[in-house]
Amino acid sequence: MSKYLLKRLFMSLVTIWAVITITFALMHSVPGDPFRSESKMPPAVYENLLSQYGLDKPVPQQYVIYLGNLLQGDLGASMKSRVETVNDMVERGFPVSAQLGAQALLIAIVFGPALGSLAALYQNKFPDYLSMVIAIIGISVPSFIMGTVLIQFVARNVAYFPIGGWGTWQHTLLPSFALALMPLATMARLMRSSMLEVLNQDYIKTAKSKGIRKSAVILKHAVRNAILPVISILGTTISNLLVGSFVIEKIFGIPGLGRFFVQSISNRDYTLIMGTTIFYAIILVAMLFIVDIAYMLIDPRIKLAKEGR
Amino acid sequence: MKADLDFRPEMFEVADKTDLNVDKIRRPSIKFWPDVWRRLKMNKLAMLGLTLIIAMIVMAFIGVKLSGYTYFEQNLKLRNTHPNMEFWFGTDELGRDMFTRVWYGARYSLAIGVIAAFIDFVIGITYGGIAGISSRRVDAIMMRVAEVIYSIPYLLIVILLSVVLTQEGGGSSMFVLILAMSLTGWVPMAILVRGQVLQLKESEYSLASESLGATKSWILKKHIFPNTLGPILVNVTLTIPRAIFAEATLGFLGLGLQAPMSSLGTLANDGLAGLAVGNAYQIIIPAIFISLIMFSFNVLGDGLRDALDPRLRK
Amino acid sequence: MEKILEVKDLAVSFKTFFGEVEAVRGISFEVGKKETVAIVGESGCGKSVTANSIMQLLPMPPAFFKNGEILFNGENLLSKSEKEMQNIRGNHIAMIFQDPMTSLNPTMKVGKQIVEGLIKHHGLKHHDAKKKAIEMLDLVAVPQPEKRIEQYPHEFSGGMRQRVMIALAMISDPQLLIADEPTTALDVTVQAQILDLMKSLQERLDMSIILITHDLGVVADTSDKVVVMYAGQIVEQGLTDEIFKETAHPYTQKLLASVPRLDMNRDEALLSIEGTPPDLYIPPKGCAFYDRCDKAMKICKDNMPGFTEHSATHASRCWLNHPMAKTNEGSGI
Repeated sequence: MSKYLLKRLFMSLVTIWAVITITFALMHSVPGDPFRSESKMPPAVYENLLSQYGLDKPVPQQYVIYLGNLLQGDLGASMKSRVETVNDMVERGFPVSAQLGAQALLIAIVFGPALGSLAALYQNKFPDYLSMVIAIIGISVPSFIMGTVLIQFVARNVAYFPIGGWGTWQHTLLPSFALALMPLATMARLMRSSMLEVLNQDYIKTAKSKGIRKSAVILKHAVRNAILPVISILGTTISNLLVGSFVIEKIFGIPGLGRFFVQSISNRDYTLIMGTTIFYAIILVAMLFIVDIAYMLIDPRIKLAKEGR
Repeated sequence: MKADLDFRPEMFEVADKTDLNVDKIRRPSIKFWPDVWRRLKMNKLAMLGLTLIIAMIVMAFIGVKLSGYTYFEQNLKLRNTHPNMEFWFGTDELGRDMFTRVWYGARYSLAIGVIAAFIDFVIGITYGGIAGISSRRVDAIMMRVAEVIYSIPYLLIVILLSVVLTQEGGGSSMFVLILAMSLTGWVPMAILVRGQVLQLKESEYSLASESLGATKSWILKKHIFPNTLGPILVNVTLTIPRAIFAEATLGFLGLGLQAPMSSLGTLANDGLAGLAVGNAYQIIIPAIFISLIMFSFNVLGDGLRDALDPRLRK
Repeated sequence: MEKILEVKDLAVSFKTFFGEVEAVRGISFEVGKKETVAIVGESGCGKSVTANSIMQLLPMPPAFFKNGEILFNGENLLSKSEKEMQNIRGNHIAMIFQDPMTSLNPTMKVGKQIVEGLIKHHGLKHHDAKKKAIEMLDLVAVPQPEKRIEQYPHEFSGGMRQRVMIALAMISDPQLLIADEPTTALDVTVQAQILDLMKSLQERLDMSIILITHDLGVVADTSDKVVVMYAGQIVEQGLTDEIFKETAHPYTQKLLASVPRLDMNRDEALLSIEGTPPDLYIPPKGCAFYDRCDKAMKICKDNMPGFTEHSATHASRCWLNHPMAKTNEGSGI
């Protein structure tokens, strides 16, 4: 098991390195350099700026320096904001984004599989139709539209929900829900088909033949097995939540990392884009790693198969 | 039974069974693809999706001509006109006809979706197919590479590429958007194809035909290809909405098509400004069409998957 | 002999896209105390449907009971509520399934799966349940039971899993065990071990067994009575000796001829029964075996034969039993 973990850890590091390299290469392949576009400045100031950001050195050397800085946890400076570094912005924005993401994930994980199970247990009956209508809305309506609709029709009419911003518990509800809907729908659909398949398995018949309660058959035998594929897509879900948060933070005016990222894109703040992307990639790869371990702990079959290699 | 029967000796003569084909199958046999189509037709939701897709494709071609306005013609006197008989979907903040713009947007969104799905399909099949039939080591390396690419968040890369490939302050060209999306979008297809090829390569019926002396290309053509086609078809159908969704998100983040061209995503982004000043229709109309496209392709993909699943054959 | 189970005129159908499939078409048989009854037939003849009907494990819909009753200790199971059935299942009637590789829950420890039913039926404490699980695994000859109860099914071989299934089924001392092709998925050497195990447990625990199989070789040394099913009907039933030595129905004869025997000459061909059983979505009007029968007569095509009793225990459903049938007719077997 530890051998597998090591291997998995190594792959994660390779992925992070690949993201860093791709991001670095992309950002340095932008035609011209970031300061050219700014209003005319004296050559001396320009030279000064270049050397301040290390841009006067050859690109390979810049790359090595950048990697070195990253290893020390330094994500770099922002080109546009002369006061804040990328680390400052991450520190400011990430807790907000993380709370939003965690709440959305929680909503999706609790309600998605529940709806999917209900749908499977009452196949072609009312609960099935209801769940699937919710699921179809969830996958059809992109989160930026759901967010807009929620602001327009809920927040504007119900005083309990603020229209935007961040601060209290009420502020978090609508954006979390808007963000959660698509993963919730995906999980519900996956859970439904997985549950239908599991319910046809022989071991469900064995469980029934023991004469245990129907609820025990469903919870201990069916759901326990049917939820495995749902757990295996958690990594993708987290990745989608992350990207979804860019949009949701923009609509609801939430001061999270996603909004900094979107702003850095429209400002063409290359160092900030680079730093944020790499930070996101690290978070994401770490999450994928955790999900993988969780999956291994939950499905006893995986452990042995992986150990055997 | 016995009681009301009038027994005669000739009844106990040997039966003449020459007309009887012992092995005949009584249940009507159904060919694969017609059966898929039959079951797809039974799925009302999938048929609704298919109908909507066809209708939207048709409208993307003729809808832009119906109102008599062009997508770029500005009429500052008629800014922010709410939907009426003249402007069915109203006008935007520059007085452009929304009806024409929405269908133009739908045209670009659909085109981006379909082309991106097609490119993913070509790359995915090639890469996955090669990995599947290669030696174990080559396969392992190819899959590790794909895994690494896949664990990079798809939209993050798309965003980065659009940033790099577009001028500051401007939108992207369709080419850039599609390139950006195809860069990572092919991986799921490749993994799917490779899995199918491996599974079928090992499975008993291709083993059976190999033992009967079939060549590799025969196996590929007669066994692997037909059996892989189903899941691939489903995957393509589900890739289209994913690409459209990605494009719409990009458009919404201000990285969409260059104005005055528009996709549904950029229309929604433009409409967001109108929302604050009471022109909700400017975002709601493109939003409805994005959702309809997503809905249609998703239910069609689901329907196809169900129709292709032999286990669900009744 | 005291009767444990009586199946009377049972008819079960399935609703499908093509219409109603009559899987079981009016069967009657009895199981006595401590008796082993084998139900024999090809796949698709209604054996498993019969077994699952007794346990009421058929998916309903599409399955539904058209007719008949199943009396267990004199009580009709078909009129019992789901709650009442839960008290019978695993407690008084237990079941073993065909494929031990798929019939255990892959994510639950084996020990827990074994005692789950017992805990429900007898409200055992965790500690006692564990002890009982170890005891049962020991009884079914699984080595190192203390260690094994903490393992998952994928850590067991096929034969070991079937032993676990037997332990799971026997733990509540059921009066009736239904074994649905318990050895089909196992290696030949393991098959005999499992059958021996079932026999020895039966003697120790005084229970009746319904053994469902398509393998007449298995039947000969395990069962007291044999019920031969074809196309959802019983075509012949009797004591095992009667079935093997005074075979009455052409289908049974063919089944017997298709079993490999040790005393066979090497060049003696093993007979196979040509064709397949009829599809039951349009059940034939006459004898269902007509199409494949060497001795078929004109009457067989459109008229269903009734049962003829050859002895108090032996009966078969064939027009050849009719006095007007020329007994020397037909060559074949």
